[in-house]
Amino acid sequence: MSENAAPTVHADKVPLGEHARKSERRESRVAGWLSSALSRGTAMPAIASLVVIAVFFQSQSPYFLSPDNLTNLAVQASLVATIALGEVVVLLLAEIDLSLGSVSGATAAILGVLMASGNMPWFIAVPIMLACGAAMGAFQGWWIAWLGIPSFVVTLAGMLGFLGLQLWILGPQGTLSIFDPNIGALTGSTLPAEAGWIVAAIVAVAVVAAALVRGARGRLTMKSFGLPVVLAALVIAGVAVFNASRGVPTAFLFLLALLVLGWWVTQHTRPGRHLFAVGGNPEAARRAGVPVRRIRFAAFTISGTLAAVGGLLAASYNASAGTLTGGGTLLLEAIGAAVIGGTSLFGGRGSVWSALFGALIMGGVANGLDLTNAEQPVKYMVQGAIVLLAVSLDTILRRRQSRGRQIGGVHV
Amino acid sequence: MLNEGTGRRLRRRRPVPPPPGDPLGGGEALRVVAVTKWFGSVQALDQVSMAVNHGEVVALVGDNGAGKSTLVNVIAGVTAPDAGEFYVHGEQVAIRSTDDAATFGIRTVHQEQTLADNLDVVENLFLGRELCRGVGPLERVDFAAMRQRAQAMLSGLGITTIADIGSPVAQLSGGQRQTVAVGRATLENYPIVLLDEPTSGLGVAECQRVMELVLRLRAQGAATVIVSQNIDEIFEVADRIVVLHLGKVGAVFRRADTTPEEVVGAVMGMAS
Repeated sequence: MSENAAPTVHADKVPLGEHARKSERRESRVAGWLSSALSRGTAMPAIASLVVIAVFFQSQSPYFLSPDNLTNLAVQASLVATIALGEVVVLLLAEIDLSLGSVSGATAAILGVLMASGNMPWFIAVPIMLACGAAMGAFQGWWIAWLGIPSFVVTLAGMLGFLGLQLWILGPQGTLSIFDPNIGALTGSTLPAEAGWIVAAIVAVAVVAAALVRGARGRLTMKSFGLPVVLAALVIAGVAVFNASRGVPTAFLFLLALLVLGWWVTQHTRPGRHLFAVGGNPEAARRAGVPVRRIRFAAFTISGTLAAVGGLLAASYNASAGTLTGGGTLLLEAIGAAVIGGTSLFGGRGSVWSALFGALIMGGVANGLDLTNAEQPVKYMVQGAIVLLAVSLDTILRRRQSRGRQIGGVHV
Repeated sequence: MLNEGTGRRLRRRRPVPPPPGDPLGGGEALRVVAVTKWFGSVQALDQVSMAVNHGEVVALVGDNGAGKSTLVNVIAGVTAPDAGEFYVHGEQVAIRSTDDAATFGIRTVHQEQTLADNLDVVENLFLGRELCRGVGPLERVDFAAMRQRAQAMLSGLGITTIADIGSPVAQLSGGQRQTVAVGRATLENYPIVLLDEPTSGLGVAECQRVMELVLRLRAQGAATVIVSQNIDEIFEVADRIVVLHLGKVGAVFRRADTTPEEVVGAVMGMAS
């Protein structure tokens, strides 16, 4: 995605040196560059899939790419993308978190109790809710990091336990209405057109200026300058589309801010880089002095917090917290989104942007099928097929790439 | 400590004791006393004691299973010993983790499990010791400075086999990977360096580089422990040779006073 994207590896399970030794003899600069560009571009298959989906559904329904529908899609995708972001953080460690749906449901219920029954203002209730999500994640992280219990088991227990907590909090009536306009505004409101343009201008100028500042230090190449320009153009185009409808959705802007923060932390901070190191080789990371346990603990705390943010978005969207909040296929869609977006289940490879792309693919397909009046069973089957296809494509691309190195040729 | 290249501060959690003022003075750097380690019913280390002085290279030799790697792992904080005492610069310390070992200025090059395949050469070199810039929430990893330092280090060692230090180490050959692992020991002036079979898998020229590196460490006043199976190598660099046999110290030789035959005899358990 970015020129700072993690150097990624396809050889999760390939014996080391096998192909590297052969390729060493035929080291060609061009082949090396292409190969590393390919392996860094974890988002490429996801972007290609998005284009295919857009073209296909537009041909089926002219409403699909309309500004109104794209705005709805952006709001709907924000919830899945937020949970998927939490899943990405954990997947980078080669762990998994099955409890995110239940945590978002339970924290939404907590929010409902605090606001509906406790009459708390939102600026007190929301921090408490987020802290509860963090605590649930931290609790699971403690079992995983310090007792060494597999995350699959701990979070499976968490999924059941926190679902129980959610139902217990909601009690017999099952649903708590949240009428607070501030909560509702999170998913219900959009930026005024002028504000949207101002945000677009600031982001575009900042991105290009940052690239120019780097360039002034003598590192301006087409590679490093092309991406910021494309990014700036995308931001402006995005705002133009949203403004043609109701304006930039607040929820989507919020999601993008979360993603930029996540990108900064994973790509540019020590703990973020350690996340990749532990995911790549936990024992090597430990021996090099990386605080592996603290990193694992922190990752689950973060995923729990993000699940609570997802619960907040769900409560806002539905104006209530119910027994079904955070349930259904939400968790599986989030894991699917992270993986479709290009984050490896084997750890150490991926990016926070995969949460966005994956959620847009999942949401786009569901939305497109709705527009073409497909039935729910069909939707599930198509979504399942897409998860399978996306991961297969990813795996085949990577295998091909390594074989390409081996015979010295370049497959693109 | 400042990074010469950029003048930026090297970040670390706790300060490492500085190398001794008189590099060739030869004060004691590390002493382990009566280290014992059981793996289940197997005793890997039995009351092993040894010491290394500054400006000295101690070779640790022994047959497979003699306990060489276990001893290195114990000193490096990777394996917790069942008993034993550690002294760094004469002071008793507790080494409970790799972090502790780093705090006492101990840098280890392990035989295996040294690199994260998904990270590039630069990040692997600095793994756990990343250079950072900025303060507070804006503190960030300084990739440019790390790259610069890595390049300077590799060319300083005369290593030309790694063409692109930005490529993931999964794409490197076994020898190149080993070069990266050994290179870590030279990024800063570590007072105590442990090398567990640093030349395994390396070509002739690369082996020579590693031997030069060990001699350079000695000249800088570092206390170096090197595990090796190669008797020629040992006689090239070691000042003292500690022979481990079935988890015990079988014999200790000064290189000047011994012969390869005598050392091999001790390795096979035929010493007095």
